[in-house]
Amino acid sequence: MNNEVILKTVGLTKQYGTIKAVDHISFAVQSGQIVGLLGPNGAGKSTTINMILGILQPTDGTVEIFGKNMVAHRSLISRGINFAAVYAHMPPNLTVRQNLRVFGLLYGVKKLNYRIAELLDEFDLEKFASSKAGILSSGELSRLSLAKAVINRPRLLLLDEPTASLDPSISLQIREKIKEYVDKTQTAVLWTSHNMREIEAVCDHVLFLSHGHILLSGDPRSLPSDHGKRDLEELFIAVAREPLSLKET
Amino acid sequence: MIFSRVYAVFLRQLYLIRNNPTRLASIFLWLLVNIIMWGFISKYLGTFGKSTFGFVTVILGAIILWEFVTRIQQGMMTSFLEDIWTQNFINFFASPLKIAEYLSGLVLNSITTGLLGFFIVAIIAGAAFGYDIFKIGLLLIPAMAILFIFGISMGIVVSGLIFRLGPTAEWLGWPIPLVLSIFSGVFYPVSTLPFALRIIARMIPASYVFETIRTVLSNPSITVGIASDLLIGAILALIYLGGAYILFISVYKRNLKNGAIAQFSAESF
Repeated sequence: MNNEVILKTVGLTKQYGTIKAVDHISFAVQSGQIVGLLGPNGAGKSTTINMILGILQPTDGTVEIFGKNMVAHRSLISRGINFAAVYAHMPPNLTVRQNLRVFGLLYGVKKLNYRIAELLDEFDLEKFASSKAGILSSGELSRLSLAKAVINRPRLLLLDEPTASLDPSISLQIREKIKEYVDKTQTAVLWTSHNMREIEAVCDHVLFLSHGHILLSGDPRSLPSDHGKRDLEELFIAVAREPLSLKET
Repeated sequence: MIFSRVYAVFLRQLYLIRNNPTRLASIFLWLLVNIIMWGFISKYLGTFGKSTFGFVTVILGAIILWEFVTRIQQGMMTSFLEDIWTQNFINFFASPLKIAEYLSGLVLNSITTGLLGFFIVAIIAGAAFGYDIFKIGLLLIPAMAILFIFGISMGIVVSGLIFRLGPTAEWLGWPIPLVLSIFSGVFYPVSTLPFALRIIARMIPASYVFETIRTVLSNPSITVGIASDLLIGAILALIYLGGAYILFISVYKRNLKNGAIAQFSAESF
């Protein structure tokens, strides 16, 4: 890890009417670091990811990626970031290869044919290259989403529940692929998940969100015991049910 | 503007047709039905009395050119709808793609399908009814350019409305060409309309094109006022294009604030 700050949010806020979905959150993600963004449903995880991606305008605060403001330099910054999200479907009526070609062109990937071949091999998608995305299984589709997410060799990868709805074996496979990729490329990753074992296995640092605030943050392996909990799952349940008792001072 | 991103948007639409050729039906079927039906109606009307009026010439020419506008507008709209139906906005707008590039990709797609449809229909009109649209001559070039810009403007406006009001707003998009044809002098001269409607007609670029073509076809020796009429039509079309772009951008910015881009789907409205 070379400690270069890739993503930095300062006072990031999103307000819908009187409801604050995200309330003045500040954090940073460094090169080669995998940061878990955790919290119960409605805590503000996807809202945060969407603001970082530049598809949702913050009410207040800033998102800086590669030292540049996301709102002011969205197109330029987007060349170096990418994402996979459970709710962002790949166009189902295009084949795997066609999807990769379209997104490769959008991200300005050089030597695209070579890169597509490389990804098809890396994510075991060769035999599905001519199949439409709509007929792939959940696991195959997740691999395609990940292949698309790394097509531009991003320096920042945003993963919003990348293994949701996958069986444990495929989840493990996907997890290993991402971990391997990060180790190789030193990409910074922001990862949301409801699977605490997964978070323990892959994340270097976690942020617990509750009602739009960062309630807790720290090392996923030591954080539970710091708060008198057995494991991350127990801590997660406490965050969801009794957030006030856990608030960091 | 980066061309590879424009091409990516265009390529996606091209792949859709390649993967499912039945989509060609949406481009050509209505065109063919319209041209054949109106071809026979024109032939039938031409048999009445000792009329020297060329029904086939006037009606078929108008139909071919108006269908061109319609295909351009609906080509833009259906390409945009495709991204809604497949919930693809988040993938596109989280990429480096800019709005101008996205719209240019849709324009490239609609001009390709629009021109393809135009040439096929022109061939059928020639083979089946002996009508040659190219007899209009060089006038066809500025006429089609104005109609194209106007069609694109309508397509962007309708896409903007769908983006603002939700996918059900597509039902506003389908009848728009039919409604505008009332004021555009497609099937009859603008002078046929009552005074109030004539004012509306004068604000529609297509009316200048159809009035000019009708004038030239009925009396080829008339040249006075043709250039100025086409110029007014072109200026109006460009104003509409600029307005349509501003509308789309303002809806995009609004959706950027309210979170609609990330959640844009038929169910979210």
